[in-house]
Amino acid sequence: MPLLTTKGLSRHFGGLRAVDGVDFALMPGEIRAIIGPNGAGKTTFVSLLSGRIRPSSGMIVFDGADITTMPAYRRVRLGVAYTFQITSIFANLTAFDNVALPVQRTLTDGRSKGQVRSGVMAALERTGLADRAGTLAGHLSYGHQRLLEVAMGLALKPRLLILDEPTQGLADSEIDNFITLVREIAKDATVLLIEHNMPVVMQLADRITVFNSGKILAEGTPEQIRANAEVQDAYLGATHG
Amino acid sequence: MRDASPAKTYALHVGVIALLFVLNFILPDYHQGLFARIMALAVFATGYNLLFGYVGLLSLGHAMFFSAGLYGAGLTVYHLGWGVPEAFVAGVACGALLALVIGLLALRTSGVAFMIVTMMFAQVFYLLILYFAAWTGGDQGLVIQQASRVISIGGASLDLTNPAVRYMSALALFSVVLLVTLAVVRSRFGRVLVAIRENEERTKMLGYDTVANKLAAVVTSGAICAASGAAYALLFGYIGSSFASVQYSILPLLWVLLGGAATTLGPLVGTLFMYYVTDITSGFTSAYLLIVGVALILLVLFAPKGILGSIRQRWLGWLP
Repeated sequence: MPLLTTKGLSRHFGGLRAVDGVDFALMPGEIRAIIGPNGAGKTTFVSLLSGRIRPSSGMIVFDGADITTMPAYRRVRLGVAYTFQITSIFANLTAFDNVALPVQRTLTDGRSKGQVRSGVMAALERTGLADRAGTLAGHLSYGHQRLLEVAMGLALKPRLLILDEPTQGLADSEIDNFITLVREIAKDATVLLIEHNMPVVMQLADRITVFNSGKILAEGTPEQIRANAEVQDAYLGATHG
Repeated sequence: MRDASPAKTYALHVGVIALLFVLNFILPDYHQGLFARIMALAVFATGYNLLFGYVGLLSLGHAMFFSAGLYGAGLTVYHLGWGVPEAFVAGVACGALLALVIGLLALRTSGVAFMIVTMMFAQVFYLLILYFAAWTGGDQGLVIQQASRVISIGGASLDLTNPAVRYMSALALFSVVLLVTLAVVRSRFGRVLVAIRENEERTKMLGYDTVANKLAAVVTSGAICAASGAAYALLFGYIGSSFASVQYSILPLLWVLLGGAATTLGPLVGTLFMYYVTDITSGFTSAYLLIVGVALILLVLFAPKGILGSIRQRWLGWLP
């Protein structure tokens, strides 16, 4: 049974159909990448899943429950975590306090046990930020800010972690670490990522969904997508044409 | 909240309270009276700071919470003959209840709209006090007799009109509120409040019901401000509609800005500073408000984060 499904999910902004009747299913434990040209509706689609915006029509089911109209903060408590496309950490708080917020949330919800401090340090160690716990988040390098964002997502103990362009702005050396990290996260969570960096997508994803003009253009394994002529026209057009 | 060492922080706050305690025996009569007034009003500023400094919600209507406490305590003593402790509790309860209702309505807005909505509600409250002048005394106000301002515990009695008792009562209230505020801002709840101030959207996406948290902050802030108002009525024996006017919504904002928003001791420092600048300059010239104004402008120009805010930024990063 899929962890998450959408039926006829649509979101219109005025006349623009940003997301247009999408039927989508995500199996537990998989790493799914969403790719597509700019303006294809990828970010709008995952914003609908996380509850940041409401759909115009359609339905979202998470773990058997209809969450279409559920407010975002309650979806987070069910285990749907979202990390922002534009780095959205609390710049004036320390790295420690940034991660303490999601940790104390899971403690309050009874989804984890123990002390705030130990939970925070575990999440910071996993992302290699432990020695920067006392630094103001705004003073971290850009790459570290992205990692902090991931640490906050991790600390929510998500069952579904949505990453919106997580490798944007990372150096090549940091990307290798990041791939290792996502593989590790995927051991206990389902990962849905929007990603432009094709080598990262090809290495990480079990399956790929291609968006174009608010609709799903194709879906399949990395090999199938690479061989798909339609996808090449819409998205990889420049490389063969 | 950076590199917080609890021992140092609590030592500082207990030290400030101890200093205020000692001042009772040192200060000349006039200054003793002024300090009692300042401490009672610093509670008002502290309550305001919780909402403005930590949650980032700028209310222009906090005079209604202060005067809800003032009238809640004053009218129950005046009309119903209640004792001081019951009247104080009644005042705080009125403020908390009013804050709950206003919070539910005003939190549907944010930013400038929140400022305007809170200001409008405070204005309604002010006009209601004038309208029900038969009970409230309107703009003349009411004087609470000395005999009603005595607490009797067993055989002993505490006369709140006695300067030393009044000073110690104001200090007791201020100390409790200061330590409670310190505990709140260092708690998990306090961390969420600061997160809402910094980025509400992100806080929601970490699973927090930000509206419920903001409402809790409005009620806490309203209750503290009402405690200040109730204490003011019982300690100084006068309740009047001027305490509900817009001036008393602006004053706590000024005190907090001067002392340092989002610092636990800033409200006391700001209230103290403003009172003494006014007091000293009015001894020299009738144009003292001009000098107060210049002092405010200088402070905003050279220490925009307020007195303690600037000290924290430059020297003492650990200041809560």
